[in-house]
Order: sequence, then C-alpha cells, then structure tokens
Amino acid sequence: MIVWRWIKAGVKWWLVTFVIGDDWRVAARIAVALLATWGLVEADVLAWWLMPLAVLYATVRSLHRAIVLER
Amino acid sequence: MNVSVFVSTFLAASIEVIEMVAIIVAVGVTRQWRGALAGTSAGLLVLAVLIAALGTALQGVPLTPIRLVVGALLLVFGLQWLRKGVLRVSRDGWASGIGEQRVEEDVGDGFDWTGFVLAFRGVSLEGLEIAVIVVAFGAAAHAIASAAVAAAASVLLIGALGLASYRLVARIPRRALQLFVGALLTTFGTFWAGEGLRVNWPGNDLSLLWLAAVYVAAGLVLVRVVSDWRRGTAQRPRVQQPAAEGVSR
Repeated sequence: MIVWRWIKAGVKWWLVTFVIGDDWRVAARIAVALLATWGLVEADVLAWWLMPLAVLYATVRSLHRAIVLER
Repeated sequence: MNVSVFVSTFLAASIEVIEMVAIIVAVGVTRQWRGALAGTSAGLLVLAVLIAALGTALQGVPLTPIRLVVGALLLVFGLQWLRKGVLRVSRDGWASGIGEQRVEEDVGDGFDWTGFVLAFRGVSLEGLEIAVIVVAFGAAAHAIASAAVAAAASVLLIGALGLASYRLVARIPRRALQLFVGALLTTFGTFWAGEGLRVNWPGNDLSLLWLAAVYVAAGLVLVRVVSDWRRGTAQRPRVQQPAAEGVSR
C-alpha cells in the first residue's frame, strides 16, 4: 500500500515537473506538433521546419496568457 | 591502434559528449550540482550495466523511439525554463540573480530530484549513442579497442573543458542563465524529438547550432515584447481612470 502511494506520488511529481509545468497547453501544443511532424514525415513531405515553428508559437501564446493572467 | 577508427570515433563521439556535458553544466549551474552529478553518476552506472550486458548487441538497441521520448520530454521541460526566463528577465532585468541567488524557487536545500532526472536522461541517452558509435565504428573495422579509447579520450577532453568552463558560466546572472539554459534544453529537445520522428534536419547535427541561435534570438526578442505587453497592461487602468472619474462627476 505504501509502495503504491509512493509510486503514485512519484508519477504525479514527474508529470507535473516535466510535462505539465505551469501551463499544460504548451505540452498539448507540442504533442500536436509532434503528431503533425510524424504525419509529414510519413507523407514524405519536408518536416524539419514544423517543430521550431510550433515551439515558438507555443511559447508566444503561453507568455501572452501569463501576462494577461498577471492583470 | 587503428588511427582512422580512432579519429572517426573521436569526432563522432565528441558531438554527443558536447551535448552531454552541456546539459550537465547547465543543470548544475542553474539548479544544484549535487543533483546534477548524482544524475550523471546514475546515468553512467546504467550505461555500464547496459554495455556489460549487451556488448556488441548494443547496435540493435532501437535509438529512434528513445530519442523521441527523451527529446519530447526535454523539449517540454526546456520550454518551461525558457518561458520562466523570459518572464523574469522582462520583469526584473538582466542583472538580477547574480551570485548565489537561486533561479528556481523550487530548488530547496534538499536533494534536487529534477536536476537528477535531467542529468540522468541526458547522460544515459548520449552515453548510449556514444556506446553505439563505438560498437559500430569499432566492429566494422575489427578495432573495438581503438574506438573505445577514442570515445574515452573524447569524454575526458570535453569533460575537462566543461569543468573549466563552469566557473565562467556561473558568472552569468541567474535569470539570464535560466533563459539561455531553457533555450539550450529546448534546442536539444527539438533536435532529438525530430530525430526520433526521422526528420531530416538541414545540416544534420549542425542544425543544433541554428536551432540554438533561433531560440536564443526568439528569447531575446520576447523579453522586449513581454516588457511591452506588461507596460501596456500596467498603463491600461491609468488610461481608463479619467474616463471613469468623468462618469462619476
């Protein structure tokens, strides 16, 4: 029982620290971009440009949201 | 000693070693050296066990899905730091956080598990790639020993350079460092995740350079943009005040 609680707490800490952070939307946008990149690669379309663009888009949107929430 | 195997393995391994050392130094300087070095040791231990257990069968290890998972996680985490770095520099300025002042409020006096995991992942992935390079280059020319010595020389040389550079890196104000380390982790994350998806990066490993340049430049631009957004939101109530007063009169 204690081990199960430790595992649950560990997984929760790992998810919050490394994936969700303080804006889960960033992780969600990156996941969508990874899927889209995979799709482009499978379709034999040049795909290297998509991830950097998605990263910049996710960062700008997240920063803008953070400033709006500061009000 | 097979010289051509030594040189080619040294050069190929050096790229991976630079990535590994960059992550360890970045995590150590911005978070906590104890966690970063413990993560490094744990990564090396896992690597040693893998090498001992698999030997030349390491060539069969599927690196592509490992790169995708490690890359995606590093990318999302690196973006958190980049974002925090931009927000804090735009609020407090570039010079804040000089000396022992901490960047991350969540790094307490206890053991830093986040730094541990970051260093562990970087070392185990890059170490695995180095091991695969040694096996691939060494086995093809029947000169595993030459390849192993070359990889060890690369680790020692670049590790020493990393050790020598960390004091220099530590002089950078912490807030600015968080932004740059965030850009660095985002760069590695983007590259590895792309490699995991079999993306053909222009310039192959050299694309790490232009990716880093793009993210650092974007970070610098965003500091200005976010400062403007802040000023805009701060000024808005002052602009609205006279109108409100006018209505009340």
